[in-house]
Amino acid sequence: MPQSEHELRLRDRLGRLKKLPLLGGTQLSGELERLQRQIDRIGDEATDEEIWRKVELARHDQRPYTLDYVERLLDDWFELHGDRALGDDGALIAGLGKLDGRTIVLVGQQKGRDIHERASRRFGMPNPEGYRKAMAAMELAERHGFPVVSLVDTPGAYPGVIAEQHGQGAAIARSQATMARLGVPIVTCVIGEGGSGGAIAIALADRVLMQENAIYSVISPEGCAAILWRDAGQAKKAAAAFRPDATRSLELGVIDDIVAEPEGGAHLDHDQAARLLGEALQESLAELDGVSADDLRRRRRARFRSLGVFA
Amino acid sequence: MAKIDVSVETRDQPSPPPSHPNTCPSCHSHYRDDELEQSLWVCSQCGHHFPMRARARIASLADPGSFAEEALELHSEDPLHFFDLRPYTERLAEAEMKTGLADAMVIGRAAIEARQCELAVMDFAFMGGSMGSVVGEKLSRACDSAAEAGLPLVAVTSSGGARMQEGILALMQLPKTVAAVEDLRDAGQALLCVMAHPTTGGVLASFATLGDVLLAEPNALMSFAGPRVVQEITREKLPDDFGRAEQNLRYGHIDAIVPRPELRPTLGRLLRLFDAPE
Repeated sequence: MPQSEHELRLRDRLGRLKKLPLLGGTQLSGELERLQRQIDRIGDEATDEEIWRKVELARHDQRPYTLDYVERLLDDWFELHGDRALGDDGALIAGLGKLDGRTIVLVGQQKGRDIHERASRRFGMPNPEGYRKAMAAMELAERHGFPVVSLVDTPGAYPGVIAEQHGQGAAIARSQATMARLGVPIVTCVIGEGGSGGAIAIALADRVLMQENAIYSVISPEGCAAILWRDAGQAKKAAAAFRPDATRSLELGVIDDIVAEPEGGAHLDHDQAARLLGEALQESLAELDGVSADDLRRRRRARFRSLGVFA
Repeated sequence: MAKIDVSVETRDQPSPPPSHPNTCPSCHSHYRDDELEQSLWVCSQCGHHFPMRARARIASLADPGSFAEEALELHSEDPLHFFDLRPYTERLAEAEMKTGLADAMVIGRAAIEARQCELAVMDFAFMGGSMGSVVGEKLSRACDSAAEAGLPLVAVTSSGGARMQEGILALMQLPKTVAAVEDLRDAGQALLCVMAHPTTGGVLASFATLGDVLLAEPNALMSFAGPRVVQEITREKLPDDFGRAEQNLRYGHIDAIVPRPELRPTLGRLLRLFDAPE
């Protein structure tokens, strides 16, 4: 059964870890806890209604966006602008900041709060300039040994005439290639919508996390419904069929852990959501501490190269 | 018979393109099967490139008898038990019957103009050339096979993008193929990409645009988002050559547009150029 395979693998890992004399300290017991948590989560399958509720929560207009987390988690934030070629894209932000005293590079899509900001940030749908800015920021991280944190929140890359003329497809491919080459730790968290190529462009990471009510999918429910059902109104059905929720992604090995949200959803308490996200990011970064650049690259590529189900 | 286009007067949709696969959609010339095969599925009147099946493509590129297929046993599974209007398993079975292929990509060792290489060819007839776990795995294995043998990889793409029926795992084939290409790069081997009509979505946004040399067939659509999506979402007026190979060449995204009859000698020349000195 492909569905329980991941669970079996987790149980196996858990069993082996439990047998080790617990001298590893917090790092090992942290991993034990994380695995147990994952197994507990896999137990309950979300219903179709619950999945649609998550789609709605992931898109909630009061949900914290990337800069809301930056404000709460990073000290000395300095935003980097421009792709050094032809523009600055507000839909994807990049910058330097201190996370618990340590300098990191953060990249992430940014949605707008009011109508003007929404338009100027294109609802968090980046142009190639945005991805090229992210690449430049990640290369800066590589030069200075800063870890990279990416926060994913996009309905998808912007489908525009100019975006195509500026090489949208190649920009998404190269951004992933850049991440596959980095010798510094990368942690990604999907904090809202993880929409297709526009999301994966900044999500080829050592650790991939997802918030409890975030979604991660190959196409939007509406897009899938329009193509397969020939009716965008069937979005609920489409979502139930391809299950963009965090639990399914965890089961399939696409993500490594689910980040808890405040009761009822992240939109109800931005501070608490940020605290929980901050802890998860630091836990993941701590696990990657001291791993050599070669090992990071090798394991990161192996992780993604192992994804897929076939006979 | 082509219908007279009355779309200007009636403001209706233009008349649908002729439906017979052997009729040229651009100049409406009609061909027998053997004529098309002879001309490599290129219209001898106007130069339109018809879709080309993977086996025919391999026969047109590889030296006779040189192709040795690999990983032909790989088949798609249905991890999500996906069901839209029909079950995914049924769509797979139908595609397999129709194409005689196990999935939308064929890989193997070949020689092109007496130069050894690894070859990965996509087939649009298999579920729109969509990339699911099997396509991702085959491209990934082709990279390893090329790296181990110390040979370049030639990839010919034709795909509508990621395979929706495999959900998030289909999206994961983008980073998977990118990681495989990066491993091939570290092994010092070249990737030569040929983009045939259409190469869009997830395939364009992963291995297809990461080649050391990027070639495209004339008029091939190479856009991340399809023209209809762009039109619907942005209401922008699309240029006539939106996302086409010619536009991509003009904007600096590819190295050359190569008509199909010149593809074999062009790849032969590139393979000689990338060949390590004896």
